[in-house]
Amino acid sequence: MSARTLLRGGRVVDPSQKLDGVRDLMLADGMVAALAPELEAGPDTRVIECGGLVVTPGLIDAHVHLREPGDEHKETIASGARAAVAGGFTSVLAMPNTNPPIDDPATVGFVLAEGRRAGAARVYPVGCISAGRAGERLALVGEMVEAGAVAITDDGSPVMDSGLMRLALLYAQAFGIPVADHPEDLTLSARGHMNAGLVATRLGLPGKPNAAEDAHIVRDLLLAELTGGHIHLQHVSTAFGVEMIRQAKSRGVRVSAEATPHHLILTDEAVEGYRTEAKMNPPLRTRADVDAVRSGLGDGTLDTIATDHAPHHYDEKEAAFTDAPNGIVGLETALGLVLTHVVDEGILDLTAMVERMSCQPAKVFRLPGGTLAPGSVADITVFDPDARWVVDPKAFRSRSRNSPFAGWELRGQVRRTIVGGRTVFEG
Amino acid sequence: MSQTGALGKDLVGLESLSREQIVAILDTAEPFKEISERRIKKVPVLRGKTIVNLFFEASTRTRVSFEFAEKRLSADTVNISSTGSSVAKGETLVDTARNLEAMRIDMVVIRHGSSGAAGFLADRIPSNVVNAGDGAHEHPTQGLLDMLTIRDRMGRIGGLKVCIVGDILHSRVARSNIYGLLKLGAEVAVCGPPTLLPRSFGELGVRVFPRVEEAIQWADVLNVLRLQLERMEAGYVPSLREYNRIWGISSERLEKAPRDLLILHPGPMNRGVEIDSDVADGPHSVILNQVTNGVAVRMAVLYLLSGGQPEKAEAAKGGGEA
Repeated sequence: MSARTLLRGGRVVDPSQKLDGVRDLMLADGMVAALAPELEAGPDTRVIECGGLVVTPGLIDAHVHLREPGDEHKETIASGARAAVAGGFTSVLAMPNTNPPIDDPATVGFVLAEGRRAGAARVYPVGCISAGRAGERLALVGEMVEAGAVAITDDGSPVMDSGLMRLALLYAQAFGIPVADHPEDLTLSARGHMNAGLVATRLGLPGKPNAAEDAHIVRDLLLAELTGGHIHLQHVSTAFGVEMIRQAKSRGVRVSAEATPHHLILTDEAVEGYRTEAKMNPPLRTRADVDAVRSGLGDGTLDTIATDHAPHHYDEKEAAFTDAPNGIVGLETALGLVLTHVVDEGILDLTAMVERMSCQPAKVFRLPGGTLAPGSVADITVFDPDARWVVDPKAFRSRSRNSPFAGWELRGQVRRTIVGGRTVFEG
Repeated sequence: MSQTGALGKDLVGLESLSREQIVAILDTAEPFKEISERRIKKVPVLRGKTIVNLFFEASTRTRVSFEFAEKRLSADTVNISSTGSSVAKGETLVDTARNLEAMRIDMVVIRHGSSGAAGFLADRIPSNVVNAGDGAHEHPTQGLLDMLTIRDRMGRIGGLKVCIVGDILHSRVARSNIYGLLKLGAEVAVCGPPTLLPRSFGELGVRVFPRVEEAIQWADVLNVLRLQLERMEAGYVPSLREYNRIWGISSERLEKAPRDLLILHPGPMNRGVEIDSDVADGPHSVILNQVTNGVAVRMAVLYLLSGGQPEKAEAAKGGGEA
């Protein structure tokens, strides 16, 4: 019999069991063996005291860019997986806009193998919708799923061809995977570098109107309804988009949707001063949009919180605004940002936060985890809810530091991240 | 090393200046006008200062105007022109900034195609930085010379109605004019094809006229912007001929105005597109006065950024002919 681990006396928050209370948690053979108010430690049991700490099912980030293969100067699968566990994430979904893109089973296998080799967070590859991400015809979806892909998306780019999106939503149903989309009508937004509006006008920067995102959200919802397929809408940032998703859900459309910490917290005013750390796609929007994304997250219209972790080398961000690439890193700030600016500001309680960051992503993408019920995988996040810390991008495990949150004081620090029963991060 | 004067370290835009600072520049430009009328057009105000004119975008008028301003103030100047892909520009900008810093120059005049580029440079080097146009953001010396020209002819700026006509969306001149004119108490309007006029301009505190006839009825001053050929190619307007027909400033249109309108144009003009020749060359056009004033305004800006005091400008430039 292998060694057992006892997490003793932590506040276990597990929405899958409607549980929020002090419990002991016994792990054995990479699984949760027992969960009870008090458990006996045997002679071979390693005891980890968790008094004063919060113990949750491992957090899952269903939207990260690990940049490998192709842009290893920004991030590698290994560095990204280490950044993930430092941020309390036990699983991440790697987007396929790499170079070459993840559009065939061999590349899916490579990402899986590199993820395992890193020995940190579980890395699940997401395959492309279209071959070469060219937006023209379906990629080898079935073979990629057989190789381990858990979803498909052309993220980074939208699927502009509505006919192709319809086919993807149909075809994916054979494999029980969601089709994830970055909703953006490029004909309305391709010239833009930030949210269209007063700030863009003042700064003399071309804007991306909400209508570009709204139009594709509506299109995707219509196609999901038409096909019966499962659409997952990525990084929703507009008030109208949230409302359309809410209405579609009430009609029974198979839609899930995510919000990012930055779209829950920042407005386009963060771009002031041409701050390239605040340049992302979709862009930071107005206060009314932020409020709508917050209430959409609160009422469950938006199912998951995902970071859209998008590392870029500092040379690339240290440029004139229109020359800088889109995206910010998010893995190592998400938990603190959500606790400080979403939970403490009354949008979610701790249970709902764990729901959005662990249970729901597991459910949407049909992954192990998202629960601490005995018999499930021992993927666990332990954090100190009261520890305050200041975001210092130089301390990130990620290879990149492009964060608009540098210097922010946040609450909640990860103390231990456990994947498959093994501690992969201690802080 | 740089000095800090009445304007602060840099002139990146008019949005961040106070009314008093703008008036100080215009007032300082007055005595400098006379230098360009002398037989020997040189005073030792910036002797020993080194200035780099860093032009990442093609420019003739603005670059030459800055160069005359610098030379007439006895600065040593170097011109750097560079064009390239947008990414190459961004990379060049960081390294260029570091290289300039290493050469211990005093001032940089920068023109760049990306909005924010002047401020980007200003934040990274200790030298004074003057924005000679950054993307669609600001072109502050153009705004200042426009205001100086209006003040020369009308005797004031406060209370005047100034309408900027043309491609407002892509115009740094429009933005600098709006910020400067509003601070000096003018009423400002913008007019142009709605494809080139974002709705959010209304939130800047200006009136919006989609048709030029209404603008002409309303205004005392028209500042007519150049319509770039690329705008037609990008589909913002169907043809230059149609643009001229609907938004062009012609003498027929101006005859319907209730008063004589002062006509400005930042140049270079597309005669027969945004402005007809009889207007450009007519009695109410101050287009060449703008060019003359451009040198004086730029002298004033360079003088003030180098630590000069507005009230000492007259003395600094010396009396009559040297």
